[in-house]
Amino acid sequence: MAVRPKVAFFEFTSCEGCQLTVVDSLQTHPELLEAVEIVRFREAMSEKGDDYLIAFIEGSCTRPSDEPHLKAIRERAGVVVALGACAHLGGVNAIRNRQELSELRRYVYGDKAEWYETYPARPISAVIPVDATIPGCPIDREEFIRVVKAVLQGRAPQLPDYPVCVECKLKENVCLYLRGKTCLGPIALAGCDAICPTYGDSCEACRGLIPNPNIESLKNVLAEHGLSVEQTMAKMTMFLTYQTMESEAAAHGNGKR
Amino acid sequence: MATGSVKIDVHHITRVEGHGNIVVDVKNGQLKQCDLEIPETPRFFEAMLRGRPYMESSHITSRICGICAIGHATASLRATEKALGVEPSAQTVLLRKLNFHGEMLDSHILHAYMLVAPDLLGAPSVVPLAKAAPDVVLRALRMKKLAGDLCAAICGRHTHPIAMTVGGFTHFPSKADLEALRQRLIEARADVDATVELFQKLKIPAFERDTEYIALSKPDEYCFIDGVIKSTDGGSWPVEQYRQVTNETCVKHSSAKRTRHQRESYMVGALARVNVNFDLLHPKAKSAAGALGLKPKCVNPYMNTVAQVIEIAHCVEDSIQLCDVLLSRGVTWEEPVAPARLSGEGVGACDVPRGTLFHNYVIQDGLVSGANCIIPTGQNLNNIEADMRALVPAILDRRPEEITLSLEMLVRAYDPCISCSTHMLDVKFV
Repeated sequence: MAVRPKVAFFEFTSCEGCQLTVVDSLQTHPELLEAVEIVRFREAMSEKGDDYLIAFIEGSCTRPSDEPHLKAIRERAGVVVALGACAHLGGVNAIRNRQELSELRRYVYGDKAEWYETYPARPISAVIPVDATIPGCPIDREEFIRVVKAVLQGRAPQLPDYPVCVECKLKENVCLYLRGKTCLGPIALAGCDAICPTYGDSCEACRGLIPNPNIESLKNVLAEHGLSVEQTMAKMTMFLTYQTMESEAAAHGNGKR
Repeated sequence: MATGSVKIDVHHITRVEGHGNIVVDVKNGQLKQCDLEIPETPRFFEAMLRGRPYMESSHITSRICGICAIGHATASLRATEKALGVEPSAQTVLLRKLNFHGEMLDSHILHAYMLVAPDLLGAPSVVPLAKAAPDVVLRALRMKKLAGDLCAAICGRHTHPIAMTVGGFTHFPSKADLEALRQRLIEARADVDATVELFQKLKIPAFERDTEYIALSKPDEYCFIDGVIKSTDGGSWPVEQYRQVTNETCVKHSSAKRTRHQRESYMVGALARVNVNFDLLHPKAKSAAGALGLKPKCVNPYMNTVAQVIEIAHCVEDSIQLCDVLLSRGVTWEEPVAPARLSGEGVGACDVPRGTLFHNYVIQDGLVSGANCIIPTGQNLNNIEADMRALVPAILDRRPEEITLSLEMLVRAYDPCISCSTHMLDVKFV
């Protein structure tokens, strides 16, 4: 291969678990290092480059000073990829958006609250245009490799647009609803190989929602399975608080008109 | 000591988890400023737990950290179980220990091989090291994959665990899974020996500063989960009294809170555990300690990486023993133990790769009403700064780049997990 495209990794508010998953993907796909040149990966290397074609961004935007950084990355990079649920959806960071900001800061930092800068958590697409997304909390390492290959070939990565239930059925799992549990599989975007239901736990929709999800119908199903309104809302907002609040605001806006 | 002036500002230390800056200002031989700044964004996890069902706590808090996700999940589950009167089964305890070893190995291998070894081998990162010493890097990747596969067999994946739940597990490894893991762990003994040999050859910087070392401890095993809080300065405390030990405060240059106990600062992590619990290490780990020249109490913080190598030897041997016990008693599909009540308060404590971690929850009618998490790196920050203040005057005659590298290596030796540590709170239970 002639010139290897330069790749950089950046992280905003996150656990850095998606970048860790990238490191893990090298265990099974060492050829990745031959296809690209990594010029920045603070968690794993000291070298720092500012010349890159592809920028992978992990984490949510949670403070005003994140915005100029994100915009600078966008200006330098030809392709910006949102890496994982925090960058893609806001993810668990957005849970706190439902709480009053000043009370939230006092709860954690007491009378020192004003020392630390923060505002409601947002996906990076709320700040800069994003060219591709690798969903999930954390990302799936095989999907990471597939998306990198697509981007290197100049193609838009193809992500599944069907629900987790499809993959779960293909795995021949017993449906969690039949085991007395509940699950967001019917409305959640697939691509994870239904890993949570496979390990006996409910899907939490960390990859986001399918197009046109029937959320009201799922809420009825959850209620039929004994979930209170609070429990249902908790389930829907673990990774999707930002989206839930956006759609509530839109519905509210429509009501006014 | 030199009489010159030095200004060092390392913006975003590399090869650590999270964002940290080193700021040193020396004027005419006088140390004016020597701070480890933590500009990481505040994360607010404790506040986010409020009002949410207790079953979600371990899933949300594992997202504090990609590297110690299982540690956070385990501490979270123990806090919830103590609050709600849940006594996990003997099988659950065994599986959690084995799972925990998987994360300990994964994290220590990542740190010792990929983040520290490049410094000691004179490489800027593991990527050029892969060309210069491919066998070293391939060994690290092989050991790391085994650690990850161990976690995957028990809880689905290391980042973020799936099958760990209040009162037990939602999935169980098969006999074949355990047999295959046991075989690979036995084969990994050669890699452990080679790791000890590698770190025998590497030159660990000489620097000593006595401090207080704190770790969880049990009378009959090298402790990672539960136990009591124990100090090398003497004394032990039930984990429920953790606030007497941690005494958190805020400082302006860090979104991570600081702690102090019987001195100005204390250290947690592999070196602290080895110093507190040396006698309970597996014999193979003790002989690794002998080969690597670590005797308790060791007061060189750079030796934390060596202590991690010793724990790698311990965890591989203990994992083999745990596989043997699980295989001989057989793993059965158990329903998780149901809570005895839906309200209460509990403290869960684990010694995760970077040190002692506390989760403290108050639960009311099944919903979390108050939460406090105290993270190892937060506990180490005062100690790192105290080390920096002792080290800088002793090396002022060196070139600024050398001083910078020494300080970076010092911070890296602690294996700081910064995104973890920036979400601690004043305790205010509603």
